[in-house]
Amino acid sequence: MAISPNAFSNVIDCDIHPTVPSIDALLPYMNEHWQDTIVQRGVHELETISYPKNAPLTVRPDWRLEKGVPAANVDLIKRQALDPFGTSIAVLNCLYGVQLLMSEDMASAFASAVNDWIKAEFLDKEPRLRASIVIPTQSPEMAVNEIERLANDKRFVSVLMLVMDENPLGRRLYWPIYAAAERHGLPICVHAGSTYKHPVTSVGWPSYYTEDYASNAAAFHNMVSSFICEGVFAKFSDLKIVLAESGFTWFPAHLWRLTKFWRGLRAEIPWVDRPPIEIARDHFRLTLQPIDAPPTTEQFERLMDHMGSDEILLYSTDYPHWQFDETNVIPDGISKGLAIKIMEQNPKNTYPRLSAPLNNGINQ
Amino acid sequence: MPKYVIGTVEQIPPGNRKLVEIRGRQIAIFNLNGDFFGILDRCPHQGASLCRGQIVGLVESEEPGEYKFSRQNEIIRCPWHGWEFDIRTGRSRCEPNKIRATQYPVTVNDKDQLTDGEYITETFDVDVEGQFLVITV
Amino acid sequence: MNVDILTHEKSISKTRARMAIADCDIHPSPKSVEIEIFPFLSKRWQEYMKTYGVIYRQGFPTGPAFPKGQPNAARRDSYPTSGGKPGSDLAFMQSQHLGPNNIQLGVLNPLQCAQGVQNQDFSAAYCNAVNQWQIEQWTSKDHRLKASLMVPYEDPLASVKEIEKWAGNEHFIQVLLLSRTAEPLGQRKYWPIYDAACRAGLPVAVHAFGYGGAPVTGGGWPSFYIEEMVGHAQNTQSLLTSMVIEGVFEKFPTLKLILIEAGFAWLPALSWRLDKLWDRMRDEIPHVSRPPSQLIREHVWLTTQPMEEPEETNQLLDTIEWIGWENLLFATDYPHWDYDDPSRAMPIKIGKQQKEGFFLNNALKLYGLDQ
Repeated sequence: MAISPNAFSNVIDCDIHPTVPSIDALLPYMNEHWQDTIVQRGVHELETISYPKNAPLTVRPDWRLEKGVPAANVDLIKRQALDPFGTSIAVLNCLYGVQLLMSEDMASAFASAVNDWIKAEFLDKEPRLRASIVIPTQSPEMAVNEIERLANDKRFVSVLMLVMDENPLGRRLYWPIYAAAERHGLPICVHAGSTYKHPVTSVGWPSYYTEDYASNAAAFHNMVSSFICEGVFAKFSDLKIVLAESGFTWFPAHLWRLTKFWRGLRAEIPWVDRPPIEIARDHFRLTLQPIDAPPTTEQFERLMDHMGSDEILLYSTDYPHWQFDETNVIPDGISKGLAIKIMEQNPKNTYPRLSAPLNNGINQ
Repeated sequence: MPKYVIGTVEQIPPGNRKLVEIRGRQIAIFNLNGDFFGILDRCPHQGASLCRGQIVGLVESEEPGEYKFSRQNEIIRCPWHGWEFDIRTGRSRCEPNKIRATQYPVTVNDKDQLTDGEYITETFDVDVEGQFLVITV
Repeated sequence: MNVDILTHEKSISKTRARMAIADCDIHPSPKSVEIEIFPFLSKRWQEYMKTYGVIYRQGFPTGPAFPKGQPNAARRDSYPTSGGKPGSDLAFMQSQHLGPNNIQLGVLNPLQCAQGVQNQDFSAAYCNAVNQWQIEQWTSKDHRLKASLMVPYEDPLASVKEIEKWAGNEHFIQVLLLSRTAEPLGQRKYWPIYDAACRAGLPVAVHAFGYGGAPVTGGGWPSFYIEEMVGHAQNTQSLLTSMVIEGVFEKFPTLKLILIEAGFAWLPALSWRLDKLWDRMRDEIPHVSRPPSQLIREHVWLTTQPMEEPEETNQLLDTIEWIGWENLLFATDYPHWDYDDPSRAMPIKIGKQQKEGFFLNNALKLYGLDQ
């Protein structure tokens, strides 16, 4: 029997998505120059091909509106994403196409505007909500500035990056971001999606959106390799990486392969001084939805054994993306005990700020 | 544990290795600057002949991007999958507490020490002069 | 390396009967391109090659973008005693590998030469030369060995010609492509190759490696060889996804696809992901009429090397069961460094029928050599 999240007193949803209703909504959070630029140059909406807005996967049918943009205001989120699931805390990961822009200056302006919009329109209006800081990964220096600007507000609980950026995410040019995140007790949330600075597959651009979405899993494999091989965790031993909307059933097999090759090639990356599969279990956390699940519960239970730890998964609905129906978010094969870990203990162990007192952004 | 005389010290100069067969077991004998070590010539992974690997140094790191190279010629790298084993201890570099190559102690003995019956000399003609290598299997 | 043997006991010859093996991935090399390949190339292309070399979609003309873990990516003990590169001496291969491992069928996959070459006319001529060379130097001399039909896959029409040229020739048992193509292999550009392969009754094999121009990850170029190595499995997932979602298996219902040297443990999770997406995205891909996992099970075989090595070995059995025992083909990758040894690669005791299928019969059946 599947378990309903409502049966639990503490339900922490680690991945929900507010939609920026239009670029106009961000203008109040930009300075005069960028307000003017956006109007004068006719800058378009930064929605991306990672989530075509009418594709079935992008918004669950019963979460679509007759009129208006789905998931674009706090009332909708309360009514659709929080209340029906008995959610006590939910982390907003805003997937506006900031990271896709070519100009780091423009990206930085958009990132700040999105963060301030989230603060004013969501965090200030609903105490159950938390958010990831959107950063302009085009410039690690500007990204660090944005983290520093918001770090004092404990409602920002992580830092958001896309799984397919211009460079593999373990590379050292991104390390100032990880240093800042670790300093402030913020995990990095690596979310599905591409900046489209490269083809989404290693064999070029696909024909169908279905392939684009499927390709995220391969990119998550690649980035797990990158974080480990580059030595991110040798350098930042407290850093946790949340892989969001990644699927998770691929995780063990990939680490078998990486660990096997590491035994023979470790001299190339001598800072990796223990098996990658162990490092991965210590530092990566994966959100629950979507579940690329095997056809039977028995297989699912065996797969959960392959995962090798009950501390890896974090509960998520991936609202408003259509990953499941009704409130059937927890699959058969997850016991009540494991569900408690996934819904409460694992998130709290991953996001230190979920256990710290809030200051609502007021300087202390 | 029987002790087998396997040859003279001169037969394996420093930096070299040779293969011996004792009681059906292939054993690789290494000379590291006058210290002798015996390792079962089967990689614990898939059974490759370790004796046919490269003898290399050790690469370690204190921090990503830093490479500390030491112990030149003290590590044997499996010729197939490149797993590294410390010739002195038999321990693998990747998982030293879990993965090891089987070791056999090798000692250097004078001729007059080989006479008390504990030593098995059929494996090697000890009539020559010099110091002898003895392996305990 | 050659090893001095200081032994005074008679070597006990290992007389234990070994089971017959089909090795679906062996890499032969020419001792010298000038001596062995040039006789099959026209003067024009011999001169071209001497002047311009072989130019791929990567920057170094004489080596890979990521230097390998050891020279030629080869086993250190695979250098022929006669000299030359690993895999360049049939007699040495016979005495080191084919004989001792009781290889009954060895599938040759020549790499790093004619395919993915930018000059497409040269690529076509070079592929043809390598095809002739395989027969001359290898398969006509040792009947355990079978050749792969090399095609210049970025020029599908030239590829079709090459397939038609050799169709029915008993030396060739599959059409060979490399995995890092310029575009995803499901795209229609490549369909004439599948059509010709089906008409010739040959499976299409895709071997990991090559250079198509795109970074090995969707997020740019990694730093390390180990990342590229591991990345071949993701690369292969992308090409398989493309072939399933573009509808290749529906268009060519007799097509058999063999994925070589990309591991296999990733396949169950990919199949589950594609099934879920297929269900959700039917309106975008109505031409895919059945769940991807079914299409994969019916059309796709994977060579086993390099076998994934879970901490708990019985988890490997779960994985194989989820893929299907009959869809796996044993391979050693001789003479490369990540070689799997037939006597040690399967770490668990399995039933006789499964074992014979895994090591021999699946391949014989797939290649039609079981009659």
